[in-house]
Formats: sequence, structure tokens, C-alpha cells
Amino acid sequence: MSALGKTVLALVIGDVQADRVVPPTGFTVQLTVFTSAAMAFLAVFALALSMASGRLADRWADALARTATVRISAPQGQMQAQTDAVMAILWTTPGVADPRVLSAEEQRALLEPWFGPDLPVDRLPLPQLIELTETEDGFDAEGLRLRLAAEAPGAVLDDHSRWRRPLVRAADRLRLLGLVSIGLIALATAAMITLSANAALSANAQVIKVLRLVGARDVYIARAFVRRFSGRALLGAAVGTALGMVAVALLPGADPAGGFLTGLGFHGAGWIVPLLIPPLAAFVAFWATRIAAFRMLQEIT
Amino acid sequence: MIELDKVAHSYGGGDLLTDVSLRLAPGSFHFLTGPSGAGKSTLLKLCYGELLPSAGQVRLFGRDVRQMTRDDVARSRQRIGVVHQDCQFLDHLSLAENVSLPLTVSGREAEAGDDNLSELLNWVGLSRQADALPPQLSGGERQRAALARAVIMGPDVILADEPTGNVDWEMSLRLMQLLVELNRMGKTILIATHDLNLIRAAKAQVAARVLRIKDRRLHLAGANL
Repeated sequence: MSALGKTVLALVIGDVQADRVVPPTGFTVQLTVFTSAAMAFLAVFALALSMASGRLADRWADALARTATVRISAPQGQMQAQTDAVMAILWTTPGVADPRVLSAEEQRALLEPWFGPDLPVDRLPLPQLIELTETEDGFDAEGLRLRLAAEAPGAVLDDHSRWRRPLVRAADRLRLLGLVSIGLIALATAAMITLSANAALSANAQVIKVLRLVGARDVYIARAFVRRFSGRALLGAAVGTALGMVAVALLPGADPAGGFLTGLGFHGAGWIVPLLIPPLAAFVAFWATRIAAFRMLQEIT
Repeated sequence: MIELDKVAHSYGGGDLLTDVSLRLAPGSFHFLTGPSGAGKSTLLKLCYGELLPSAGQVRLFGRDVRQMTRDDVARSRQRIGVVHQDCQFLDHLSLAENVSLPLTVSGREAEAGDDNLSELLNWVGLSRQADALPPQLSGGERQRAALARAVIMGPDVILADEPTGNVDWEMSLRLMQLLVELNRMGKTILIATHDLNLIRAAKAQVAARVLRIKDRRLHLAGANL
């Protein structure tokens, strides 16, 4: 950590002399800064994607894993009897906590998005819904289904796993893709910095020869280039990250129902994470340039 | 200081130098002569570690160059001042900055006190050009600047490869005068040149030994040139 700290410090304060010995370069500087900014911008979105899908996967896995529903479809006269029978079974089933019969108002609220507010729910042959929560230990869904079939033929248990599992899997996969993208962006940044550092080293071969002739050590020569490229990567990534964060912040606000696309973004302390991108870019540039410089210096006596 | 023991060097096909033994004692003054392409530059490069011998042993300040790391070579170059025929400068830095470059790169720029630098530039007669960029200088000025750069670290040895190659006779004598003065201050000097008149002029002022490369070997030339 202290070595990293010193590196960062050296980057910030810098060795002005080591910088001066390498002639300033014009256009390629802006290209490096621009590419680094573009990469950081993309990294912010990859990060937002993977964090949002991570939240989504966690939410589905946690909140939905512990709930299940029993749906009772029975003729009008038998409805109450079957509901009582199901409640009796649920109360005595190990692993089931707080079974609750949904009221007519609650059922109407569930249907409202599809049929509008004026639906005469009481005149429709709607099934009765019972919501239940699982305890830590969970319950035996197959056993419960058999008991329900015996006592209340109109009752169907839905433990949500049928549609929940693929969604959680998809969200997990999306998070993984986001992380892989960030890794690829880091590697592409390293490759880009290596290419432009190699170009700068070749363009300055004569300068490097003179420096070796007058007794400069490799680390001194490398530092002049490393500082320059780390600084450019840091600057570019800072600009790109800032723009990316502004763009994410300006996305339409999250829908309370937990829509997926509108949930893309950072929440609370999550806003700190993208701030790691610029120092990370500088770190990648530091090592990419250093390795390129030392490899090239091996060829000069 | 610098010792070559039965050194050979070859560029791909065949040896350029064979069985070369040389010992530069502190305070000595040597000329190295021979026809163009005989290997004068190669011999100098062996003396500051730019080339490695293909046979034999080169010792810089008592250490075998083959055993030295790149940083060791860099440090020994801080004790060896080199003047090239085509002096290489950093064209974007001023003359003064180029002359003090060896101090800068070795982290000793604090010693580059303005007095020392201006005294040195005065000695080589370049005070007025201190802020000029290298491409603006004449051949003679560049050679003197290269000499100033070679001595600013207070090296023990100064190696000069055709230092008067691009300058007129008057400037050659002036450069030689500077090198003789350095030798009187105790520096070891080795100058590669094919200019026999220059050697004769110098021998009047200093006890110089003349080495000649002939048939790939190094010979000590007689007193008469």
C-alpha cells in the first residue's frame, strides 16, 4: 500500500526534470487522453450495469425466495370451507410462517394494473389467494402439495421458483457480463497505452540513447515516460468517468415497482465505486508504460 | 581505471579487433590512431561499456563489464566523460541544460550551481550561447559543448572520438588545449583521431603516448610520427 501511495504521490507531484528531458509530443497526447476518457466512460456503464443487475439478482433471490402463494379456485359455496381447510393445513405445516388470506381490496389492487380501477371484483369468480412466508428452514413443497390436494382439491401451491430461478440466473449472468466487460476495458486500456508508449519510445530513441550515454539509469528514463502516460490516462479517465457518472445520473428515475432498465445506476455508497476508475486507469497505464519502457531499454546499451 | 585484457571484438563476420590489451593509468594521456574503419570507435565503445568484447576481458574501475548490471554501467558512465564526433544533444533543451544533463539524470542537479556551470561554459568559451538550442550552434561550438558536458561530472576518464573531426584547425588546437588542461588537472585522456598534425601539436605540450590500430591489433607507435 505504501508503495502504491508513493507511486500516486510521485504521479501527483512528479519529477519535473525527468519530464523535461523527453521532448513534448503533440497530437498523440490528445489521442491517449481521448481513448482513456472513452474507456472510462464505457467502464462507468459496465459498472452501472453489473451493479444494477447485482442488486436485482439479490432482491429477487432474497425477497422472493421466502414467499409463496396458495391459489384456491372453488365454486362460490365451497370457497370459505376450502380456505379454512387450507389455512388449517398451513398453520400446522413446519417451515410455513404467517399464512394470510388476501382481502378483496388487496386482490383488486393486484388486478388494477390490468383491468383498471372500476372492476367489480365481487361479481367475478376470482380465486382466493393466500400469501405465506417461509421460515429459515423452509418447507417441503411436495409434501404440502399432496396434503393440499387431499384436503382442498381447488388449492394450488405456487412457490415462485418456476419463474424466479431463471430470472435470478439471468441477472447473475448479466452481472458477470458487466464484470467481464470491465476486465476487457482494463485490458484494452493497457494495450492502447502500451501501443502509444511504444510509439513514443521509438520516436524518442535518439533521446534515450543520449540519456544512456551521459549515465542515466533505466529507471530514470522509464520514469519520464511512465509519468507522462500515467498522467494522461488519469486525466482522460477522470474526464470520462465524470461524464459517464453525469450520464448515469441523468437517466430517468427508478420506477418504484423495481423496473429493470430504469433501475440502471448507482445507489447511495455505490456512487463511490466509479470514482475508483481514474486511479485504476492510471495504475494500468503506469505498469503498461513501465513494462514497455524497460523492454525497449534492454535493446540499448 | 580502464583495462582491456586480450580483448577481441567482431561484427558478425570476422574479428575487427584481436588480442587488444590496454591499460589506461590515472593521469595518462593517450592518442588512438589508425585508418578509418580500423576500429577506433569500436575500441572506445568497449571502454565505456557500449559494446561487450567477444573475447578477453574489459574492466571498468576494476570490475568486469560482463558482470556489471545495466545500472552499474550507467554509474560507471557517470565517471567517464565521452565526446563523440557527432555530438548528440537533446535538441529541445538549451545548451546550458544539455551541458548539465549528466548531473540532472544522476539526481545531482543541486551541484549544478549556476556558478560552476557558468565557469565551465566560460572555460569552453560558450557563455554567450548558454540559452541557445543545439541546432543553432556551429560545429566547433557543439564540440566544445560536448566536452563541457563530458567533464561536468568531474569524471576520472575522458574518451574523445574524433573530437576535431568537424572543426577547422584553429578550433582543433583550442579543443586540444582544453583536453591538455584537463590532463594537467589529473584526468585520464584517450583521444581517437586520424589527424597526425594534431598529435604532433599536442606532443609539444604533454607527454602523450600514441597507440595505433593496424591489422586488427593495437601497437604502441614510435616516437617519430
